[in-house]
Amino acid sequence: MSTPTLAQSVGRRDFLKLTGLAGGGFALAFYIRSGGEAAAADAAATGDFAPNAFVRISPTGAVTIVSKQPEMGQGVKTSLPMIIAEQLEVPWKDISIEQGDFDEKKYGGQSAGGSQSTPSNYDNFHVVGATVRTMLVQAAAQTWGVPVTECRAEKATVIHTSGKKLTYGQLVAKASALPVPAKDAVTLKQPKDFKLLGTRIAQFDTPKIVTGKSLFGIDVKLPGMLYAIYEKCPAFGGKVVSANLDQIKTLPGVKDAFILEGNGKVKELVPGVAIIADSTWSAFSARKQLKIVWDEGKVVNESWETFVTQAKEKSTQPGQRTLRKDGDPDAALASATKTVEAHYTYPFISHANLEPQNTTAHWHDGIMEIWSPTQIPSIGTGMVNRVLGIAPDKIKLHLNRAGGGFGRRIGADYLIEAAAIAQKVNAPVKLTWSREDDLRHDQYRPGGIHFLKGGVDAKGKVVAWKNHCFTFGEGGSPGSGGGLSGDEFPGRWIANYHAEQTMFDTGWPMGPWRAPGSCVFAWVMHSFIDELAHAGGRDPLELRLELLGDKDEMPAGNPGGAAKGKQPPAGYNVARMRNVLKFAAEKAGWGTKKFAKGSGAGLAFHFSHRGYFAQVAEVTVSKDGQLKVDRFVTGVDIGAQVVNLSGAENQVEGSVIDAMGVLMYQELNIERGRTVQSNFNDYPMIRITDAPAKIETHFLKTAFPTTGLGEPALPPVAPAICNAIFAATGKRVRQFPLSRTDLRWT
Amino acid sequence: MSKYTLTINGQSRSVDVASDTPLLWVLRDSLDLVGTKYGCGVGMCGACTIHLNGVPTRACMTPVSTVGKMKVTTIEGLAAESGKLHPVQQAWSDLDVAQCGYCQSGQIMTAAALLKDNPKPNDEDIDGAMAGNLCRCATYMRIRAGIKLAAGLTTAGQGGAR
Repeated sequence: MSTPTLAQSVGRRDFLKLTGLAGGGFALAFYIRSGGEAAAADAAATGDFAPNAFVRISPTGAVTIVSKQPEMGQGVKTSLPMIIAEQLEVPWKDISIEQGDFDEKKYGGQSAGGSQSTPSNYDNFHVVGATVRTMLVQAAAQTWGVPVTECRAEKATVIHTSGKKLTYGQLVAKASALPVPAKDAVTLKQPKDFKLLGTRIAQFDTPKIVTGKSLFGIDVKLPGMLYAIYEKCPAFGGKVVSANLDQIKTLPGVKDAFILEGNGKVKELVPGVAIIADSTWSAFSARKQLKIVWDEGKVVNESWETFVTQAKEKSTQPGQRTLRKDGDPDAALASATKTVEAHYTYPFISHANLEPQNTTAHWHDGIMEIWSPTQIPSIGTGMVNRVLGIAPDKIKLHLNRAGGGFGRRIGADYLIEAAAIAQKVNAPVKLTWSREDDLRHDQYRPGGIHFLKGGVDAKGKVVAWKNHCFTFGEGGSPGSGGGLSGDEFPGRWIANYHAEQTMFDTGWPMGPWRAPGSCVFAWVMHSFIDELAHAGGRDPLELRLELLGDKDEMPAGNPGGAAKGKQPPAGYNVARMRNVLKFAAEKAGWGTKKFAKGSGAGLAFHFSHRGYFAQVAEVTVSKDGQLKVDRFVTGVDIGAQVVNLSGAENQVEGSVIDAMGVLMYQELNIERGRTVQSNFNDYPMIRITDAPAKIETHFLKTAFPTTGLGEPALPPVAPAICNAIFAATGKRVRQFPLSRTDLRWT
Repeated sequence: MSKYTLTINGQSRSVDVASDTPLLWVLRDSLDLVGTKYGCGVGMCGACTIHLNGVPTRACMTPVSTVGKMKVTTIEGLAAESGKLHPVQQAWSDLDVAQCGYCQSGQIMTAAALLKDNPKPNDEDIDGAMAGNLCRCATYMRIRAGIKLAAGLTTAGQGGAR
């Protein structure tokens, strides 16, 4: 059956009209039109109704939603289609979801990072679903010769007031012939009528996950596929001088071995030796026989401990740059009733995705076809284009479920390696990193050291704040999340304030790590605020509320040093923060509990990724210094609508325990330009035994737009726990990980 | 290369691989049973957990030459032949335990072995049995809840998808 395509039947003026729809702007026109042509062409062959790139309904009534965002455990393959399904009026159990390939001309942006997948698609997906539903209702009304106002959609069926019914499947042919409705013909279902959004829905991929079906990038298998490893210099930026390739090629199962020169960038195609074999184990085994002469380069002179020593020496000197200066902090410190001085240190850490980095690539017919677990696919394809000289339209990228993201898979070093290897191999080839590769060649969260001075007056009010922070970067700018913003709280809130930064330029690879910047700065700031509260004899909650002040909005300043991967400077809705802080404190019963020595409560808050979070930790520290988190309470303001309550709670719980793991265990030391740690035996991760006894997540519904949850619950966790440790023991944690602080007490 | 005949999920499967090949890679590369995952290769993460004669075992540390006649059960063989999910798989589905899901086949295999030995585990039993399985997404609260649900110690309604 051949049907006219919607895209073809809609003229340019109609597109322009569509742009006027709620919340959509240009993107809406793009969504409805783009992909429509391709989708409709495919649909014409099958008789399906596919008015846009995201929804396809077959004459049998099967409803498929295409998910465009990369899935890495944040749940978007389920939660975003829920939005379309809500408006479409199709029961969730009847919907099938397909992962879309990388095709931004068809789908619009496909970047999963910065907790932006929900806010950047939320409004558009409502319109996408409502538009399709509207067309189906129109098709039914036309069939019956009745006004659309006498028809409604429910459970994939259009029902007339007389009781007549037509299923969506029965309406496919007719709906396919209709033009895309004009603005006022599309009515969005309102939140009060939502039946799906805000409920608990299991991930669409759950049946495959619990039965072990092929799903992840590392599971890809193609006919005739070969297996690759890629050995890089342990020292960052090192180059291959020579390797025993001839010997390697004689080993069992080995098909080829060769050197790649790299493109001179430590986060792109790094030089190394590839071994191609008939199985993963043949490649891993041959690797043990590799003898490579490296030119290790200049980073062999760089070690973490040396930088820490230098930072301590330079801490009293002026920083390289001032990030923000208000008032006269030195004078305010001089006249303060009490002053506190402390420095806070956090190391480099790894992302340690449990699925090691991998990508399968096949260079065939002038096309580089790639299967990869990636967060921002355009970075990988851009690199393939730039480094290998393959035209964008000759690069085809399939998106696989990723076994964890956390920002690591924004980097595409493993993807470009696989493509560069595939270009030399006459077969599909799967590159699998070992765990050791993963820890030794991550794009690490930068470490940092902050030297703080603060002062309080006779009433315990904070009157002065100085911070000289030391960070790491390369080529003159801090690594992702390494640059403190002049706007970072409490910048803007304290009259006498000075934040300055000194950066160590290194050749170490750094990249975004879950809530870049926020994931460490919240700990530094809220720990030091707590120190000032105790110095001034103030309740930590009450002092924070005083600090936030009475203004409802704090406009963005002009921050220096804003980090790559961090949100652009943004106004801070102080009222939302005050409210969520009071909300969390009330849920936790702050101030109403008596704790025995060794137990206590602490709190912290943070605004990042458009979300307002406040958290309260209740902990017990045993006399021999072992920490147990007894209860952890999170107050969340991510706006008006939780999309999938199950996924939302899971993200918050995971963020809490992830942050605990970083606090308690994670430390990636770099000595002589290479990592000391290499696997989970020397790089421990948090296990179930340390998970809190109880985690509570409370959502404070506000009238603001719905925002994301992959990151913003994490930043206040560590300070809330460290502040609770202080309340319990009188011991202040000023260094990550926790094992570096003696928490024993008598 | 050597020939081995293995009993995997009740079926006899023959492979021709190097004798030191870990069972993990035999399953994944030779037999296309990719539910068993590679995470660390040194027995520290538990993503490759399978059952050997019912005992939870790290497939990454088990050379194929040592398997012999032992019965291998992988995540693909945990459900009944009818397709009915094992109670642990069902609980994981009901509570929407996973985030990325990569570790979960290993978690499920360890949990299933725990419940076979100890049908009504307490919190300490659960943490003790599951301590060898890393979850990078840190879904530990739901893993605990999933085991309790599978054991019939709780009914649904405590978070998760229900």
